Amino acid sequence: MARYHITTTINGDEVDFLCESDQTLLSVLRDELVMTGTKEGCGTGDCGACSVTVDGRLMCSCLVLGVEVEGKRVETIEGMAEGEELHPLQRKFLEHAALQCGICTPGLLIASRALLERNPDPTETEIRYWLAGNLCRCTGYHKIVEAVADAAREMREV
Amino acid sequence: MRYEAPGSLDAATRLLADAEGAARVLAGGTDLLIQMRGDIVEPELLVDIKNIDEMREIAEEQGRFRIGAAVTGMEIMEHEAFNAAWPGIVDGAKLIGSIQIRGRATLGGNLCNASPAADSVPALIAAGAVASVIGPDGRRSAPVEEIATGPGQTSLKTGEIVVSFDLPERPPRSGDAYLRFTPRTEMDIAVVGVGVNLTLDGSGVCSAARVSLGAVAERPLSVEEAAAALVGTRVDDDALAKLSKAASEACRPIDDKRGTKEFRIEVAGVLAERAARIALERAEQR
Repeated sequence: MARYHITTTINGDEVDFLCESDQTLLSVLRDELVMTGTKEGCGTGDCGACSVTVDGRLMCSCLVLGVEVEGKRVETIEGMAEGEELHPLQRKFLEHAALQCGICTPGLLIASRALLERNPDPTETEIRYWLAGNLCRCTGYHKIVEAVADAAREMREV
Repeated sequence: MRYEAPGSLDAATRLLADAEGAARVLAGGTDLLIQMRGDIVEPELLVDIKNIDEMREIAEEQGRFRIGAAVTGMEIMEHEAFNAAWPGIVDGAKLIGSIQIRGRATLGGNLCNASPAADSVPALIAAGAVASVIGPDGRRSAPVEEIATGPGQTSLKTGEIVVSFDLPERPPRSGDAYLRFTPRTEMDIAVVGVGVNLTLDGSGVCSAARVSLGAVAERPLSVEEAAAALVGTRVDDDALAKLSKAASEACRPIDDKRGTKEFRIEVAGVLAERAARIALERAEQR
């Protein structure tokens, strides 16, 4: 069967790729486009490691097909820093040591950015509920929540 | 597998009618893609219905809402007028999976996946929602409680698609609520779910009610005996006790890792009373 030719926008750049009809967006990103910042954890939408946004909406890229992003805007972790300058969330994750192995980190950063875009001043409870779909098996969640709250504080001051 | 994303209902129904092998409708994909990954379903044709306007809209006409079957949980949560009219349906939509899942998962998918524990379905049943279904023989309407028939099974005929949900007019002093029991507050599947919807008359007497139970039978149930316990009362302790008893009696659950039969039967009664109290409070505020 012929592969599907898809044109989309990833991190602001127009991109086109070929994929199988049953290939997930996660697999397209990692295996076709070699954008390996987005991680595969469970592959079934439970862990959030593969979080991206599509047309501004947070989702698990393992539960999206590559063919579905025709004409859409996809944002991945590769688009988060501006050149050498880290996004405040990335900086705060480092400062607060909010990661160990790092597999959950890209997903947590993408999910946290989606939260702060909607709610620049979330309570601890709001942060915890918003990030309930992102599992971390190393650090526990406390430092992650602190890092998000601290980044939110800094971003509100700018 | 062939992938198609038609822009009209006509084109979608034609694709499904002409399909030679197994065909599936793709909405949010949060159940379907997992089933495909596990080789539980192996469709030869996937019909993505998200480019069909009618399936993606929340429309309000003269106080009646019509929600497209491909509207996502997040879109429902963000719709202010809908939240004000049907907070119980929003209660259900809010509990499905994570933010990531709710960004994709749809009301139509939640219904047609036909899990007995689907969180948005009891609230839709309690609301009296009617599914608009299109297929090779044209369009028909069916109450939501008639769609799921058992785990993974629906009454939809080959080639039929649930297009949208029509909600009835919302009289003043109406309120609805959905509660579920889960060990965790997020990312869990209902052990029991209860939807209650009621309307009060000018003197505070319940003039209409609907009650629905999830995860206590092979499909979500509409429980008329439980609703009857509320109608004609002031939703006082006595009426709530009768509601609770009727809800427990309607359960025909299984034992599984999430709960025993006995536990589900008891919790259904407790949650029915609590959901009715919330629905009452909401009705009194409107």
